[in-house]
Amino acid sequence: MNAPLRVIGIGAWAPGAPDWQRLRGILRGETAPAEDAPARPSGSILPAAERRRAPDGVRLAADVAAQATAMAGIDPANLPCVFASTQGELAITDYVCETLAHAPLELSPTKFHNSVLNAPAGYWTIATGCTAASSAVTAHHCSFAAGLLEAAVFACAENVPVLFASSDVASTGPLAEMTRTTLAFGVALVLAPRGSAGARLDVALGGVAHEPFLGDGLALHGVAGDNPANAHALALLQALAVEKGRRLRLPLSPGLSLDMEITF
Amino acid sequence: MPERIAPLAITACSATSALGRGLAAHLEALRNARGGLSINDFSATPLACRIGRVAGVEDSALPADLAHWDCRNNRLAWIGLQQDGLLDAVAASLARHGATRVALVLGTSTASIGSTEDAYRRLDHGHFPADLQRPEIHTPHSLTAFVADATGIAGPALTLSTACSSSAKVFASAERLIRLGLVDAALVGGVDTLCDSVLFGFHSLELVSTQACRPFDVHRDGISIGEAAGFALLERIYAAPRAPRLLGHGESSDAYHMSTPHPEGRGAHAALDDALARAGIDAGAVDYVNLHGTATSKNDEVEAKVLPRFGARTRASSTKGFTGHTLGAAGALEAVIALLAIEDGIVPPNLGCSEPMPETAPWLALQPAEQRVDIAVSNSFGFGGNNACLVFGRGASA
Repeated sequence: MNAPLRVIGIGAWAPGAPDWQRLRGILRGETAPAEDAPARPSGSILPAAERRRAPDGVRLAADVAAQATAMAGIDPANLPCVFASTQGELAITDYVCETLAHAPLELSPTKFHNSVLNAPAGYWTIATGCTAASSAVTAHHCSFAAGLLEAAVFACAENVPVLFASSDVASTGPLAEMTRTTLAFGVALVLAPRGSAGARLDVALGGVAHEPFLGDGLALHGVAGDNPANAHALALLQALAVEKGRRLRLPLSPGLSLDMEITF
Repeated sequence: MPERIAPLAITACSATSALGRGLAAHLEALRNARGGLSINDFSATPLACRIGRVAGVEDSALPADLAHWDCRNNRLAWIGLQQDGLLDAVAASLARHGATRVALVLGTSTASIGSTEDAYRRLDHGHFPADLQRPEIHTPHSLTAFVADATGIAGPALTLSTACSSSAKVFASAERLIRLGLVDAALVGGVDTLCDSVLFGFHSLELVSTQACRPFDVHRDGISIGEAAGFALLERIYAAPRAPRLLGHGESSDAYHMSTPHPEGRGAHAALDDALARAGIDAGAVDYVNLHGTATSKNDEVEAKVLPRFGARTRASSTKGFTGHTLGAAGALEAVIALLAIEDGIVPPNLGCSEPMPETAPWLALQPAEQRVDIAVSNSFGFGGNNACLVFGRGASA
């Protein structure tokens, strides 16, 4: 990549850690997961009418994206965005397949248009008035790395800050046996191609990735097994939380890794 | 406005749709205004509508070593890859640049969800039946992972899924990867197959016509759903100076509504502006526009507002009357049709329209025409207000 990036905004949501501040404390070993944290993401940035229709996957992506852009202090209206997800709205896929099997003519139109993988990008751009490019990336268990690559490439190639969010909700129904995603987890970063604020992030393509490093003594170990793609974000988040430089290698495709170097 | 980009050569491309397999079948159908829509015979309880179905997908098979990827969508992808020397061109590109120096960026709206639907119809005591206990096909990345396996492409492999703009945006993503020097070539494309989700889903939104769709007709009343595979191989132009070129791409968001376009076409204008700026041309230089033209009341009404941007000599048509709306594959399929217009000197007609919306009349091509096309634009708009516009141009002359 031709230029280093800066991480100028961070957002996160996990059970017991509904924002980056809480997750940062957990990753630093300073706090425990909150017992009284909300069980579902709020989607509070969405206008009321949209929020009523928005499924959990959209709320999750919107929550982490809103945190990251607020921290970056950037108006999302002009900010290109890349949303990554392994499976999209799993509960809706379950509903759609179940309904089609028994009563296809009763399929809900709202649930159908919420089933597209770019539902988070759609709701986000509507909520924030964002008219810039928006995208939805998926690459099975490499979705976090693939989405981060897409966002980093956009930021470097177009020389503009980019919002990147990666999230998955838990699956339901018979589909759950195929997806291995049993808890909701999302992360967002605002990547800037210039400036000096925030951690420096260098991204490059590397050789074949081994098992990714998931962080020492991580209080959220459960995430690693239960939200496979986004668990790949944990080591990066831990480095950002403890503000210590680190090199990371994440699997990107069968023959390639995404190599990252964080420096402070 | 974005800066002008270095054009990329399209060193191979192909399409498979209801019009047939490969470029020659498409050219023949477009030249003769022979559409591919047929009476819906898909699913156990077919809706009364027309569909653009690819013949013979059920009877085709994947090679034994790829059999674990088997599903309707990957079969169509495999049929598509075997046309017009695509696999040979990809192999040559891998040999020239190295397997990890070639990217794979594919668009799809529903990928192999047809197999997930099938599993739900055949649940075995609440579990997926044994033959469908294959997690790799119950994910939207199924298509791209299969094509990577089938071609040996080992560079970055991404799936873009932004509904009906998916496989137009792949050209933009691939161009950026090449521009930054992360790869030297990219296979881009899109594949979407008929499935109950889209047939009954668009039906629930009351967007499906009972007849063959009639883009830009005053009596249009909805889409016809189709399936397709479209692919293009992008490389730097020194690899093939005479090959047609990707000149520009533009992407935007409507920020308006999940399933209705912005009434003034704000996002469509913005994507066009972006694409023209990257190509370094004015709208007046465009010879042919392949319109998104879904034949819904709203899409065509809004897209018609973009037409006055073009010159008096610009010809425009939607080809969805030929193929149906192939959703996540539409961007790639219609990019290939735009390339055919340039390479074979044809303006495809706007099939299905007998009484054009008056405001489209100056531009809409109702009959096929043999005509030199140097610059062609393709529009793709998707749910969530997701827009993409591509500009293609002629290669260097001999």
